[in-house]
Formats: sequence, C-alpha cells, structure tokens
Amino acid sequence: MFDVGVVSAAYIAAAVLFILSLGGLSNQESAKRAVWYGIAGMALAVLATLFGPGAANLPIVAGSFAVAAVVGWIVAMRVQMTEMPQLVAALHSFVGLAAVFIGFNAHFELESVHALDPAARDALTGFAGVLAHKTPVEINILKVEEFLGIFIGAVTFTGSIVAFGKLAGKLDGKAKKLPGGHLLNATAAIASLVLLIMYVGNIGVEGRELTVLIAMAVLALFIGFHLVMGIGGADMPVVVSMLNSYSGWAAAAIGFTLGNDLLIVTGALVGSSGAILSYIMCKAMNRSFISVILGGFGGTTGPAAEIEGEQVAIDADGVAAALNEADSIIIVPGYGMAVAQAQQAVSELTRKLRAAGKTVRFAIHPVAGRLPGHMNVLLAEAKVPYDIVLEMDEINEDFPTTDVVIVIGSNDIVNPAAQDDPNSPIAGMPVLEVWKAKQVFVSKRGQGTGYSGIENPLFYKDNTRMFYGDAKVAVNSLLGNIG
Amino acid sequence: MKIGVPREVAGGEARVALTPDSALQLQKLGHDCLVESGAGQDAGFGDDAYRAAGVTVVPTAESLWSTADVIAKVRPPEDSEVARLSPGKTLISFFYPGQRGEALEAVSATGANVMAMDMVPRISRAQKMDALSSMANIAGYRAVIEAGANFGRFFTGQVTAAGKVPPAKVLVIGAGVAGLAAIGAATSLGAITLAFDVRPEVAEQIESMGAQFVYLDFAEEQQDGAATGGYAAPSSPEFRAAQLKKFRELAPDVDIVISTALIPGRDAPVLWTKDMVDAMKPGSVIVDLAAERGGNCELTVPDEKIVTDNGVTIIGYTDFPSRMAAQSSSLYASNIRHMLADLTPGKDGVIVHNMEDDVIRGATIAFEGQVSFPPPPPKIKAIAAQKPKPKAEELTPEQKRAQDIAAFKAQTRSQVTTLIAGAVLLMTVGAVAPASFMAHFTVFVLACFVGFQVIWNVSHALHTPLMAVTNAISGIIVVGAMLQVGSSNSIVLALATISILIASINIVGGFLVTRRMLAMFQRS
Repeated sequence: MFDVGVVSAAYIAAAVLFILSLGGLSNQESAKRAVWYGIAGMALAVLATLFGPGAANLPIVAGSFAVAAVVGWIVAMRVQMTEMPQLVAALHSFVGLAAVFIGFNAHFELESVHALDPAARDALTGFAGVLAHKTPVEINILKVEEFLGIFIGAVTFTGSIVAFGKLAGKLDGKAKKLPGGHLLNATAAIASLVLLIMYVGNIGVEGRELTVLIAMAVLALFIGFHLVMGIGGADMPVVVSMLNSYSGWAAAAIGFTLGNDLLIVTGALVGSSGAILSYIMCKAMNRSFISVILGGFGGTTGPAAEIEGEQVAIDADGVAAALNEADSIIIVPGYGMAVAQAQQAVSELTRKLRAAGKTVRFAIHPVAGRLPGHMNVLLAEAKVPYDIVLEMDEINEDFPTTDVVIVIGSNDIVNPAAQDDPNSPIAGMPVLEVWKAKQVFVSKRGQGTGYSGIENPLFYKDNTRMFYGDAKVAVNSLLGNIG
Repeated sequence: MKIGVPREVAGGEARVALTPDSALQLQKLGHDCLVESGAGQDAGFGDDAYRAAGVTVVPTAESLWSTADVIAKVRPPEDSEVARLSPGKTLISFFYPGQRGEALEAVSATGANVMAMDMVPRISRAQKMDALSSMANIAGYRAVIEAGANFGRFFTGQVTAAGKVPPAKVLVIGAGVAGLAAIGAATSLGAITLAFDVRPEVAEQIESMGAQFVYLDFAEEQQDGAATGGYAAPSSPEFRAAQLKKFRELAPDVDIVISTALIPGRDAPVLWTKDMVDAMKPGSVIVDLAAERGGNCELTVPDEKIVTDNGVTIIGYTDFPSRMAAQSSSLYASNIRHMLADLTPGKDGVIVHNMEDDVIRGATIAFEGQVSFPPPPPKIKAIAAQKPKPKAEELTPEQKRAQDIAAFKAQTRSQVTTLIAGAVLLMTVGAVAPASFMAHFTVFVLACFVGFQVIWNVSHALHTPLMAVTNAISGIIVVGAMLQVGSSNSIVLALATISILIASINIVGGFLVTRRMLAMFQRS
C-alpha cells in the first residue's frame, strides 16, 4: 500500500504526463510519442489509486478493468475512420454517465456519514473519512460541487447520445425542437437552479434530498437531449467539441467533490481543450458560440442575392483531360467524401497525379466534416502524406495560381456568397476561395443545396463544372484516364 | 421599298453589301432587292445566286441608282455616286463624316438621307448593326493570318524528332475588337501572346482570351473607357513615354507585332518607332492595322508590304476585310439587314426614318437636305461607368510601426485587464470560500491556464486525435469511482462499479484509437 504522499506524487506525475501528452500534439511526429505519455500518466494514476489509501474491493475493480479493456480494444480496432465522430460522441456519453453516478454516490456517502454518530465518523477512512471531517461550509460547497457534477454529467450524457445518434445516422440530422424551443431549455435550467438552492440551503427538502437530486438529473438529461436535438448535422463539430469540453468540466466538478486534485487538473485540461476547439470551429464559421448552440443560422438582413446562370455538367473524360493538362491541383474534401467513403479513391487519384509530376495538395477548411480535423484523419488513413494536406490559411492565397480545383462533397466552405453577398446566411464566414482557380470541378451527388440549404453561386460560375454522381464512383471513374 | 446594292467602284474593293442570304431576309421585311450585275462577283456571289434568292439583277449602276429607294454599299460614295442621289433616296454605307466634312456637305445638298454605318452608336441594342466591330474582327483575324504567311516559323512551340521549335511571341497593341480577335487567332495558333492597351480595365478581357496583359509601371489616373464610348482616350506624354519604354524592352523579344491602336477621328499614334523595328529579330513581322490613318509603326507604308534592311516585314495593308470578302460581305450584309429591319418596324416594306430612335438618329448624318452630324449624345450610356475599385492603402514603414505598436498596446491592455479581473474574481472567491476549497480552486485555475496555453499549439490537422486523447484522459474520472468502490452501501458499490467499467472503456478505447490514428499520419 502506498501512503498519501506517494499517491500525491504519482498524481502530480500523472498530471504532468497528461499536459505533455496534449502539448505533444503540436505536430504529427511528436504526437506519436505524446500518446504514450498519456497512457503512462493514466496507468500511473490508476495504479496509485488502486494501491493507495481508500482503495478497496480490488477484485471488482480488476474485473471491471478487464471487461472494459476488452470492450475498449474491440471498439478502437473495429471503428472505421469515417465513424470517428460517432465514436468520440459515444465515449463522451460514458464520461457523462460516470460523472452522474459518482455524483450520486457522493450524495449517498454524505447521507450515510451524517447518519453516523461523531465517534464512528472519526473512525472512517477513505472517501467517507474525508467527508466526515468537513465543516458545514465545506459540506455546502461539496453539495454545490456534487450538484454541478451531476448536472454537467447528465447534460453531457444525453447530449452525447443524441450527437452520436445524429452522426451515426440513427437520428435525423436536421435540427428539431419541441414546441417552446429554447424557452423549454431555459425553464429547465432555471428549475435546476431552484433545486440547487433548495438542496444546498436545505429549504423544505428535509429527508427528500435524493428526490431533489433525481429531479435535477432528469431536468439536466432533458436539457442535454433537447439542446443537441435542436442543432443540425453540419454544426456537429462545434457540438462534439462542446461535449468534449463538458465531459472535462464534469470530471473537474467531481474532482472538487472528491477533493481529488488529479481529477481537477485533468478535467480542467480536457475542459479548456474542448472549449478552445469549439471556439476555433465557431470562428471558422464566423458565428458566435451562442448562435451555434441555439441552433439555426444567425439573422440575415435581407433576401440572398439571386444567382444567374446554370450549372454545367461534365463527364469523367472531361475532368480527366483537364487533370492531365493541369500542373497544379488542389483537392477540397468535405463531409461528402466521408459519406461516400471516397478517401481511398481520392488517395489513389492523388498518387497517380503526383506520379505524373503534378503538384497535388489538399485544402482543409476547419469545419470540413463532422469533427474538428476529421478530414486530416481520413486522408491519413488513406495514406495521403500529411505534408500536402494544408489548412485554409496556408493555401487560400494559392488558388489564383492553381490550374484545377476538385471539390469533393463540400459546399458551404467553398461558397463565394460568404464574401460577396452580405445578405447570405453565411456572410463573413471564412471560405476557401476555390473559384479563383482556373477551373473548378465539383463532385456532388445531385443539384441540391446540401445540408444548410444555402444556394452556392460557385456552381454557377463560368469556370465551374459539375461532376455529378457518388464521390467514390466519380473519382474511381477518373483513375483509368489519368497519366 | 426597293433596296439596291451597286458594285463597289473603289479599286480593289471586293466586298458587297448584299448577299443572297441577306436578300431573303430583306424580302421577309417586305422589301424588293436589286443588285448591280457582278456586284458580288469578287466576294463569291454570282448573279445567278442572287437571282435564285429572288433578287433582280440590274445591268448597270445607273439604272440601279435610279430605281432603288435605298442604296446600300460598303465604301463611302464617290463623287459620281453622290451625283446620282436625289431627295427621297436613302444611302447606307460607311462614310466617316468626322473626317470628310466637304463630302458630307455635298451629299446632304442632294437632299437624300444618308446613314453612316460607322456612326452606329456603341450600345448593346445596336451591336447587331455595328459594322465597324464586325470588320475589325475580320481585320484582327486576318492580320494574324497575314503575319503567319510572312513569318517563316511556326506559331506553336513543338518538340519534334528533329529538334525543339520555340513558340512565336506575338504582341498585340490595342485590345479593341480587332486586337481581341488577333489575340484569339494568335493564341489558338499556339503563339505566346502579349497584349497592351492603355485602358487597364480591358486586362481581364485580354487574359480571358488567353494573352498576357503587359502592365506599365505608371501611376496615372485610371482612364475610364465608359466616358469615351468604349474607345481609348488620348494619353498624356508621360504615359506615352512609359509605354514606349516598355515596347522598347519587348522589341528584341517579340516575333510578331500586331498594332491596332486607333482612336476614331484621329491620326494613328506612333507606338512602334524605327529603333524598335531595328531592335527586332530578322524575320519578324509587323502588321499595322492602323496603316490607313498613318500607321502605329513609324515605317509603315499604307497599302504596301515592305521589308526593312534588318529583315523585318512591315505589312501596311488597309483592306484586310476586303481580303476576306466572302466572310466580310456576309457580316456586313447582315449588319445592313439589321439596320433595315430597324428602319422597317412594321415589316411591311415601309421605311420609317424615326429620328427619335437613338440608333437611327446616331447613324443618320444627312436628313432631308440638312446635315445631321454630329448626333446628340445617346440617351443610354454605351458602357456602364466603371465602379472605382477600393484600393488597399499602402502604408509607410512608420505607419506600419505605429500600427504594430498600437496593436501591441491594445493587446497588453486587454491582457492586463483580463488578469486584473481574474485576480479580483479569485480574491472574491477566496474571501468567502474556506481554505480547503481554495487549495483545489487554485489548482483548477492553474490547470485551466496550462490547458489554454497548451491546446492553442495543437496543430489543426490533429484535432481529431486531440479529441480522442482528451476523451481517454477524461476517463480519469475512474479514479473517483475507485475511491467510492469500497463503500459498504450496495447502491454506491453498484454505481461505482458501473462507473469504473464505462470510464475504463473510455480510457482503453480512447488511447487505442488515438494511437491508431496517429500511426496513420505519414510524411511523403
């Protein structure tokens, strides 16, 4: 058994390792080492807790670990890279649920400790022992922390489940709200606040504390569900990073409850990471976090500009001929590429074009796909070298000198209306300026306007040709004609 | 009405103002067509072809001029032709009234109405009868063909078994209709084409035709083509000097020069001086489309092809459209037909000379014995005025530094404000909360701060792995569950066990999937 000092030291080491692990993600090479820091930190933390003071029921813990390890391993190895958004959302829900359970446990422990007489309290060890020695003020703070832990955990849990459902296509991706809309959420949040005051202040809830907590949990579960239901599929990058953030805050709140600094540190790291990711995503859409969370697009000031002209279609031979003539090519992938599982075909196309001596690069918009950085992972999986996969800021200036741009399954992120039409719902959103290239081919399933329902003037431009069809089939049809 | 087309009297003119096709169209407007015997011969339209189209072939010019109510021709009327005009007749042809004041007086004195095809205003509605443009288009094309015929090399670059052939370099001066046509012809033959124009707004048109626009390093007030009906305006001496300097630079490089710089009613500006010709490579060709008005090249001899001492061919032909008589006749006849269609609004063979109509008014230079030139300005502007382009202001280094300093100060201010606000908030919390809480709270705030610093450095490309790894790390909540699992309360035990289970799935799954993802990232 380790004593408290050793455990604390182990926790500090674990916290440092976690920080190094996140910091190492600054580039692709150091990231490969960074993940091991994270694993080491986690192992250290778990072992120190397992053999530290307050630990018990080793067989149960070990058994749970064994089961979890097998399940986790299977999930991690089986998941398709296109399914990453769902997986991340699902894992968030676990953290949320765990936070809810641990919060309730803290409540139960608190109740049982209170039921004991003072002499027995002194004899308690472990978490119960910590609780036993708290002053009334500390108990109140503890109650707030516990309450917050359950609240955030519950919101994260249902929110993540809905996000998972939408991303996995098990739920309709469209934004849906119950009648009453955000008023319902606000009411539920206010009701939760009232319950918090009742619970902490012990106002008229003597003997019914558990009911209050459960009522709050139900409200929080509803908020999580309703909030994410009201957000559409294309805003999922923000939602997933937001839930990522919440899962961190939930862990931090539980850390406060349990007086465990490691939980606090880790929760805060994860929380701020998710918050920053959400911020980056929102910035990339030129929308405020609030407007994304409240669902739907921000206010428009007038009718969108009419688009003149027509979409001109082109066949595979035409695209292939243009590619054969081009020297520099930029590929702009979007969620449509992930949906069609076209990344392997795109990779093969890239390989052939590069073999023919052409410059091929990828332009990734921050909100392309359904998860921050999703396109990068898909392309990496398809063995596209990461040094030709560039961010918007790195490549946007190069479009005017580019011969051919192929847009695969993206729409809003290449919409010139964001710059030209102040009345467009996406006005001001930074976009990839593909239309400045000599020629643009848009691979798209049909003539529709896509998720956001915003017309895209790009499709009507003189230098744009529409290459209709499933992205994978379309790209594959090019392969034979290249080189 | 009877529309009559005589044979052109000017020597070497092969064009004709009526083709069998246009005659058919004119008949649909209710007109009868007459043509002088042999009028279309040089353009490839025999008398029989006209007859087949229902045109009356008249044996002599005299009978044609006397029978026809409307006489359409190409070249301005010669004195003998003017003498045949009388009140009630209408003559439609090129006239150039601006430069031929006396001829205009003479023709108006006959009492006939005269419409000049070169005076058709340049508005969208009148494009179909804009004979200057259709002729210029042909001239531009033909200029390239003439240049090619006199240029001893390929236009396009080739790599052959016998060696490499460099592509020809063509410079087109003046990107009006003729210039653009020349650019189109030259690029489609495969030449590297450069083009210059004093109106910077045509750069886009030039580039759209596949040529490179030659920019001058000259900061003069931008000329707006809209103010001058789409034509270039005369430029300042400084501008001209900059222009000549640029041409002097280009001269040794280019193989073919096609100059089309001409402002209506003025002599052609000399843009290609003798020293430039001297600097050119032997075998180079200059085609001067402005030869008729003196030529853009100093050495141009109108109507002739000369070869300079250093072997540069200078073509000064003035009859490029006539050299493609079949093509130019059909376009010109079509312009004439459109003009007559406008003059016959009822399609009943009755000419209504509506002087209120911008196009008809503009083209009419003599009306019922009066000179009606120059016309009042058209009611519609030819080309929409160019919108001034917002220009990013160039900052001086001092301004830039001042801006940087201001930005730095603003940043410092906002940071200090945030820090003070944060400190105040922390102290407020510290004032009310117990010490045990504050210890944890400090750790929390510091961790947020570290997280903030660290996460901003994460590469965009690794955001998905970041989410996966933070997911795994947030599984640390398992520690909380492990601390509770020792409870004697069975509900607590059960909930803690489930928590351990799911949080561990998170840890294992999260780390493994991160590792899997990161392993995929490969450098090329």
